[in-house]
Amino acid sequence: MLLILLVITALTIVRMRSILAVIMLSGIYSFLMASIFLVLDAVDVAFTEAAVGAGVTTVLGLVALSLTEDREKLPTHKPFIAIMVVVITGVLLLFATQDMPNIGDPNAPIHRHVAPRYIEDSPEEIGIPNFVTSILADYRGYDTLGEVAVIFTAGIGVMLLLGRRRKRRPEDQE
Amino acid sequence: MREHLILRVVTKVLLPFIILFGLYVQFHGDFGPGGGFQAGVIIAAGCILYGIVFGLDTLRRAIPPGVVTFLVAIGLTIYAGTGFATLLLGGFFLDYQVLAHDPVHGHHYGILIVELGVGITVSAAMLTIFYNFAGRGEPDGP
Repeated sequence: MLLILLVITALTIVRMRSILAVIMLSGIYSFLMASIFLVLDAVDVAFTEAAVGAGVTTVLGLVALSLTEDREKLPTHKPFIAIMVVVITGVLLLFATQDMPNIGDPNAPIHRHVAPRYIEDSPEEIGIPNFVTSILADYRGYDTLGEVAVIFTAGIGVMLLLGRRRKRRPEDQE
Repeated sequence: MREHLILRVVTKVLLPFIILFGLYVQFHGDFGPGGGFQAGVIIAAGCILYGIVFGLDTLRRAIPPGVVTFLVAIGLTIYAGTGFATLLLGGFFLDYQVLAHDPVHGHHYGILIVELGVGITVSAAMLTIFYNFAGRGEPDGP
């Protein structure tokens, strides 16, 4: 049911020409996605999706929209090649899902590699109940450090790209 | 949006709770869902809400952009600094068990410190992006 709503929202986003409506629908899409994660018991991921996807991304989209106009321009050519690429990729992905294990299958490769060790040993080794946090911040600490570095780079990059104009303004006034 | 009375009152009432919830998510991430990333985003979203309703200049006076830029770097430094601190204390990089006498407590402290760094960097980076996007749209801007 949630997946059907998700598909409807995605199709509406594609059909829409008003960017304001697209931003709002993207927010709805993120909330639906968060609900799906919640149904799958991935509370931490759902939390992140709701806060980042529905919250901050929507606000940044609205702020960016205030700098431009609301109507999307009509494409000048028919996107036949793009449709072909999308269809072929979609068929290949559908073909590949045949080999995937079922959702929740305890014998799936992802559940047999390191996950049992994390689940069994992390309460004794780390001593905190939420082992999503202990995996993120401790076992996979290097990855999270890289992730923070990526966010740092994004913030600095936006500042360098967009913030330069403001610095030049006082010189113009002088 | 300064003239909308209801928006202003509701924002004023909600803002402390948003920030408090952000702090709760930040420091309770080891017991419930959440952690530095989510907390940073929530706190940044609260500040952005304040900026949208009360005007960008009010937000700039409350949280100067220079400080925010500084905090982006501080968060990453806290994270990486924890790694180097564990190196100096004789462990591996980001090997938290040397932080306290009891290895389990060490892991706990390490996770809290590292999540704090994550939270600071994320919220400051989001605010930096907001400042720079919104700053271009100002009527008196370039």
